Amino acid sequence: MAGVSTAHRPDSAATTRRGEALIEFLLRASAAIGIITTVGIVTVLLVEAIFFFAEVSPVDFFTGTRWSASILPYAFGVIPLITSTLMIAFIALVLAVPLGVLAAVWMSEFASQRVRSIIKPVLEILAGIPTIVYGFFAITVITPLLKATILPDLGTFSALSAGIVVGILVLPLVASLTEDALRAVPRGLREGSYALGATRWETVRRVLLPAALSGIAAAVILAMSRAVGETMAVVLAAGTNPQLTLNPTESVQTMTAFIVQISLGDTPTESIQFKALFAVGATLFAITFTLNLISAWLVARYRNVYE
Amino acid sequence: MNEREPVTKPSVSQIGASAPSGATEATSASSINPALLLENVSCWYGGFRAVREVSLAIPRNKVTALIGPSGCGKSTLLRSINRMNDLVPGFRLEGEIAFEGTSVHSRATDVIDLRRRVGMVFQKPNPFPKSIFENVAFGLRLLGETTGIDALVEESLRAAALWDEVKDKLDQPGLSLSGGQQQRLCIARAIAIRPEVILMDEPCSALDPKSTLQIEELMRKLIRDYTIVIVTHNMQQAARASDYTVFLTMGDDRAGYVVEQGETGKIFTAPQQQLTADYVSGRFG
Amino acid sequence: MSTQTTTRRKVANALFGLLAFLAIFASLVTLVALLFDVVVRGGSSVDLQFFTSAPSRIPAKAGILPALVGTLWVTTLVAIMTFPIGVAAAIYLEEYAGRGRWSRLLRINISNLAGVPSIVYGIFGLALFVRLLGLGRTVFAAALTLSLLILPVVIISSMEAIRAVPPSQREAAYALGATRWQMVRRALLPAAAPGILTGIVLAVGRAVGETAPLILIGAVTFVTFVPVNPFEDKYTVLPIQIFNWAGRPQAAFQEISAAAILVLLVLMFLLNLVAVILRARLSRTIQW
Ligand SMILES: Nc1ncnc2c1ncn2[C@@H]1O[C@H](COP(=O)(O)OP(=O)(O)OP(=O)(O)O)[C@@H](O)[C@H]1O
Ligand SMILES: [Mg+2]
Repeated sequence: MAGVSTAHRPDSAATTRRGEALIEFLLRASAAIGIITTVGIVTVLLVEAIFFFAEVSPVDFFTGTRWSASILPYAFGVIPLITSTLMIAFIALVLAVPLGVLAAVWMSEFASQRVRSIIKPVLEILAGIPTIVYGFFAITVITPLLKATILPDLGTFSALSAGIVVGILVLPLVASLTEDALRAVPRGLREGSYALGATRWETVRRVLLPAALSGIAAAVILAMSRAVGETMAVVLAAGTNPQLTLNPTESVQTMTAFIVQISLGDTPTESIQFKALFAVGATLFAITFTLNLISAWLVARYRNVYE
Repeated sequence: MNEREPVTKPSVSQIGASAPSGATEATSASSINPALLLENVSCWYGGFRAVREVSLAIPRNKVTALIGPSGCGKSTLLRSINRMNDLVPGFRLEGEIAFEGTSVHSRATDVIDLRRRVGMVFQKPNPFPKSIFENVAFGLRLLGETTGIDALVEESLRAAALWDEVKDKLDQPGLSLSGGQQQRLCIARAIAIRPEVILMDEPCSALDPKSTLQIEELMRKLIRDYTIVIVTHNMQQAARASDYTVFLTMGDDRAGYVVEQGETGKIFTAPQQQLTADYVSGRFG
Repeated sequence: MSTQTTTRRKVANALFGLLAFLAIFASLVTLVALLFDVVVRGGSSVDLQFFTSAPSRIPAKAGILPALVGTLWVTTLVAIMTFPIGVAAAIYLEEYAGRGRWSRLLRINISNLAGVPSIVYGIFGLALFVRLLGLGRTVFAAALTLSLLILPVVIISSMEAIRAVPPSQREAAYALGATRWQMVRRALLPAAAPGILTGIVLAVGRAVGETAPLILIGAVTFVTFVPVNPFEDKYTVLPIQIFNWAGRPQAAFQEISAAAILVLLVLMFLLNLVAVILRARLSRTIQW
C-alpha cells in the first residue's frame, strides 16, 4: 500500500513550500495595508499641519476664539470650530442616547421575536442611508418643521437642526451597540432578579443597565466620535458660519464643514487656508481617534468581565 | 528505563514499560514489526500534562482499540500520531513516535506527507459542503491528481461500502446524506489517497446502532490493506471489532497512562489488572 | 408589601414599556418620513430624460447621466480593488497571524480605522493619490480613496465569515494532508464565501453613498460629459450631484435633488438585494 501512495504524489515538497511562503508573504502584505494606512494618515496630517504651524503659532490655533479663513483679517483660532462641533454632537447625543438605549432595551428584553425581526432591519436601513440624504432631510423637513412649530425665527441653517439629524443618524449605532452589551449580560443575573419578584423595568434599571454600563458607555463614546466626524448632514444643516456661540439656533461651522468649504472653492493649494485644512483635519483625527480608543477599551473591559 | 532505545530497532520489552509488570507479556509476537511505535510519549497542553509516558506498539493490518474513561488522553494520543495537535497552541510532546521506523515529530519530518500516509476520521462526521464526489476527490485534488479521479473515487466509495447507496447521486451535497452515510463518506475520503494507517476517533459515537455495525464490518474489511487505530467508548465495539486493545486511565494528576494492553480477547476475558477488569465490565469509567 | 407600592411598581413598569416602544416608534416614523419626503418631492422628476441628460442650469432639463456613470465607475473599481486585498488580509489575520502581540496590534488597528471619519480619508487621498502620486482628480484616485475607506469594513466582515467556519472543516482538510494554503483555498474559502461576498457587497454599498471624501478628491459638481477614461477624465458621482442641487435655494433644484436621492437609494437597495440573494443562494448548500 505504501507503494501506491508514493506512486501518485507528484508535488515535490520544495516547490509546494516555496509557493506557500510566497502566498503567506502576499497575505501578510495585504494585512499590513491597515498599518500602512494608519501611518500614512498620521504622517500626511502631521507633515501638512507642520507647514501650517510654521505660519500660525499652535498657541494661537488651539486657544484662539476667532476663526476667519475667508474674510480679512484672517484669524485661525480653532475654538469656534471645536465648540460648534461639540455642540452639535451634544445635541445629537441628548437625542440618540436615551432613545437608542431605550430601543435596545426594548429589543433585547421586551420585543417578541417577530417584532424584533421587523425593528432590526428598520434600524439597519436607517444606519445604511447615506448621510447626504440625512442632510437633505434636515433642510427639507426638520428645519421647516421646527420653524412651523416651536421656533418661528429659526434660520435656514442651525446647529439645532444639524444636531437633531445627526442624532437620528447615530441612533441605530447606539441601539445596536447597547443591544450587544445587554446581550453580553449573563442570563443568570436576569433570572436572579426576576426570581426575586422584580418587574421588568426594575430588572432593567437595577440589574441590566448597571451590568451593561461600560458597554453602553462605549456605545455613547463611539456615537460621539461619529457625530464629531459627521460631515455632509452637518454641512447642509448647520451651514458654514464660523462663530463662537452656544446658541443652537445659530448657524455655525464645524471642523468638517470648514474642510468641505475649503475644498469646494478654488483655494490655491499654497494658501494658508489650504494648509489650515490639514491642521483642522489633524485635530479632528486626534479627537475621533482618542474617542475610538476609549470606546474600544470600554468594550474590552465588559468582554473581560463576562466572557 | 529512562534510556531510550533507537527508534529503528523496536524492542518488545519496551512496550508497555510504564504499565505495571504483568501487563507487558500480553503483547504478542505480531507486533514485532509494528506500523507505529510509541515510546515514553508524554503530551502537554501548556503546563498541563494530558498523557504520561505511554509506550505502545500498533501492529500492522490490525485494528487497535484505545479505550478508557473520558479525559484520559485517548484523543490527544491519537492526534499526536498524525500531528493534528500541531494546530493546538501550547501543545508539546516528549518521547518518541515512530511511523515505519521514522520519527514523526522530528524536524525533518514533512508533516503534510505524514498526514497523507496517516489518515484520520473524526468523531463527528465532517464532510465538506461540496458534492459527494468532490468530498472523496478532495485529497486527490490536493495531490494535484488530474487523471483517474473518477475511478479512484468509485473504488474508495466501494471500499467504504457506500457506493451502492450514492452511485446515482454523486453530484449531490455530501451534507445531504444521513449521519452514518456521512461518516462512511469521510472514511472514503480518507482512503481515497491510500494512506497506510487510518486513525478513528470515536467514529460511531454520533451514529445509530445499524450504522455503527456497518462501520465495524467495514473496519474488518479494511484491515486487509490498512492499519487501523480506533478510539471508542463502546466496550462491545472494542470487543467486536478490534484485535488489540489498549486501556488507559488517569492518574491523580489527571494525566493519562496505559494500564494494560494486549489481545482484545485477553483484555476482555482475562485482564491482568483490577482496574481493567472493573472498566471492561462497566463497574467504573 | 402594600398594594400601593405594588401599583406604583406596575405603573413604572408599564410607563417604561411605553417609553421604550415610543423610542422604537420614533425611528420608524423617521424612516417613513424620510422616504415619504424624498418620494413626494422627487418622484415626479424621475423620468427617462432624467437618466439620459447631463446637469443643467435649468432644473427641468437637468439629469444625472454623468453622475450615474461616475458612480458606477467608482463602485466597480472599488469592488475590484477591495475584494482581493480585504479577503487576503482577513485570511492572514484569522489563519496565519496567530494570537501574538503583532496580530493584536493589526486587529486593533483595523477596528480603529473603521472609526476614522470618512472626510479624513478624503484628506489622505488628496495628499497621497491626487498630489503625491499625481493621479489627479480622477475616478481612479477616488476609487483608491474609497477603497481604503471601506477596506476595514471588508476585512472585519470577511474575518467574521471565516471565523464562522467550524474548526472541524479545517481539521478535515489538514488530516487529508492539505498545506495551510490548500486548506484555505479549498476548504475555508468555499465555506466562507457566502458571508464574505455579502459583506463585500454591503461595504461597496457604503462606498456608493459616500460624499465627503470625494469632495476633497475633487469630484466636480458640474460635469456635463460622461467620463470614459477613469485615469484622466474629470468626473462626478451621485452623492456629489445631490449635494450640489440640495444646497441651492430654488425649490426646483431641491426636487431634482430628491429625485437623485431616490435613484441613489434604489441603487443601494438593489445592492442589498444582491447581498441577500447571494447569501441565500450560496448558503443553500452549506449547513453545518
Ligand atoms: N486543546 C486542548 N487544550 C488544553 N487541554 C486539552 C485540550 N484538548 C484536550 N485537553 C485536555 O487533555 C485531557 C485529555 O483530553 P482528550 O480529549 O485527549 O481526552 P479523551 O480521552 O479523548 O476524552 P473523551 O473520551 O472525552 O474524548 C483532558 O483533561 C482535556 O481537558
Ligand atoms: Mg476524545
